Amino acid sequence: MNKGKIKQILLITDGCSNQGEDPAAMAALAKEHGIVVNVIGVMENYETDDHGMKEIDNIASAGGGVSQVVQTKQLSQTVQMVTRQAMTQTIKGVVNQELQDILGDSKSMEDLPPEKRGRVMEVVDDLGETVDLEVCILVDTSASMKTKLPTVREALLDLSLSLTSRMGKNQFCLYTFPGKRKDTSKIMSWTPKIDHISQVFSKLASGGVTPTGPAIRDVIKSFSTSSRRHLISHDDEAYDDGPRY
Amino acid sequence: MMMKPMMMDQDIKLHSGTRIYGKWHKKNYQIIRHLGSGAQGTVYLAHSNQGEVAIKFGKDPSSLISEVNILKRFVALQGDPLGPYLYDVDDWVTNKGTINFYVMECIKGVTLDDSIRHKGFEWTCVFILQLLKDLSRLHELGFVFGDLKPENLMITESNYRIRCLDFGGTTQIGRSIKEYTEFFDRGYWGMGIRKAEPSYDLFAVMMIFIYAAEKRRFNKTEHPRDELIKKIKTNPKLKPFEKILLKALGGQFHHANDMRQAFLYKMNETNRIDSRITRRRTASSPSKKRYQKKKSVSGWIGASVWAVVIITLYVMYTVLYVM
Ligand SMILES: Nc1ncnc2c1ncn2[C@@H]1O[C@H](COP(=O)(O)OP(=O)(O)O)[C@@H](O)[C@H]1O
Ligand SMILES: [Mg+2]
Repeated sequence: MNKGKIKQILLITDGCSNQGEDPAAMAALAKEHGIVVNVIGVMENYETDDHGMKEIDNIASAGGGVSQVVQTKQLSQTVQMVTRQAMTQTIKGVVNQELQDILGDSKSMEDLPPEKRGRVMEVVDDLGETVDLEVCILVDTSASMKTKLPTVREALLDLSLSLTSRMGKNQFCLYTFPGKRKDTSKIMSWTPKIDHISQVFSKLASGGVTPTGPAIRDVIKSFSTSSRRHLISHDDEAYDDGPRY
Repeated sequence: MMMKPMMMDQDIKLHSGTRIYGKWHKKNYQIIRHLGSGAQGTVYLAHSNQGEVAIKFGKDPSSLISEVNILKRFVALQGDPLGPYLYDVDDWVTNKGTINFYVMECIKGVTLDDSIRHKGFEWTCVFILQLLKDLSRLHELGFVFGDLKPENLMITESNYRIRCLDFGGTTQIGRSIKEYTEFFDRGYWGMGIRKAEPSYDLFAVMMIFIYAAEKRRFNKTEHPRDELIKKIKTNPKLKPFEKILLKALGGQFHHANDMRQAFLYKMNETNRIDSRITRRRTASSPSKKRYQKKKSVSGWIGASVWAVVIITLYVMYTVLYVM
């Protein structure tokens, strides 16, 4: 964010994790890395899956992000809304921090009179439009997700439509879990063009367990290698990861 | 700070008689009844010192700020109002937390959605012309409405004038659209990105037209573009406007006024067709049918010719007078 950059993990899943670390803990870890975790729960219809819903909520809370449970057909609009809201939320967090530095004590935007709040919101809007955004998309491809994948694909294309309409730059990458032999597999490296997802999506295999926690832990690295690469060397092609501009 | 994930579907329920007290400006309001709800907020009719007003309560602490910013700009505008008049913006402290609200002029009437369902297509045509005039002014101010749809448009009962509500999606030209609804969004139909430019709104106007003719929203299938084109070419209400609608579909109108002129011209030319459709619609109502049976065939034709003439005059009158 210091450099005008927002990092997000967008987790798309349909239910409960059943392997490895607690996903909420891993989301909290992501947050420590300056990465916000948003979660979208895809349900066939509102199955009353309290446990799954709770987990989805917890991951987003711990990851400083936004969560939403939707029916498959509403996915497109929700994905872009959640991404956008989380972005605004992150910026607001930063703006609030600044406000606290300026105004002292525990003042936040909501403590300002409506007139001033309006002006601060314009700044938030400006930033939301121009800030660079990195989204690591993490899709649950465990057996139960199989029928939902075509809709997920469409929702992601729709997301790209919204994000490319912004003035700021965007970078995306795509991971799925469970992977073949590992918890996670990388489907697409960082790219400004999410449309590439179209081609890779048809090749996605689904099936297996749901290691949500380990998957979050894994993709945190996709962001951090980018900063490591910058620190170590600029032309080390051994690191395929990390957004490039 | 920002730790709580936002909840996006809670609706604010208030009983009639509930007293609202503004934390900052210390004004009192009393709830009368619910007026409507949407994705961002809930609107209630309320008593105030200025008489009856509409109060919109935000679902999250800052969802209303950007539309308030827009409404504030309108207050200083000359001419017909572009949105409801803004009276007050404040916070209401309840024991469950603070709710952000703003107070505006209550627009008496029905939404365009109700109007489409209960009134003839010729009315929609007139309302679209009015709408295009307002959009043209909004675009000139440097904004695109964004979430254009029948629920966000009201028809005043006093003078049959369309009024825009809900400026939550209103976006500065050149930026990305803040809020939209799939059916009316060109992005959903694969007809362009969600960048705020006049042609974005004009696509939505075209979709409102299609919606008014079809009277339903439909989902896209494999070839969304062809589907819309087919609707335009086959629906008898849309057919006369084919050229204009296809142009709006392709994003080729860059000014609301150009689209308005094109409609105006076409309506003068084709209002006979419109009227014939109107007649057919009213002719199928049960009371008319009984009446028709008694008449001879030639008498019926005579009556219907008269009906066409009268309705034509009527449409021309509304086009000229109401606007
Ligand atoms: N000023 C007003 N006067 C009368 N009715 C209103 C007014 N503002 C809103 N409404 C009613 O409330 C509904 C929801 O308001 P809207 O501003 O569209 O909320 P949202 O931003 O959540 O969509 C509208 O569809 C309309 O029926
Ligand atoms: Mg609305």
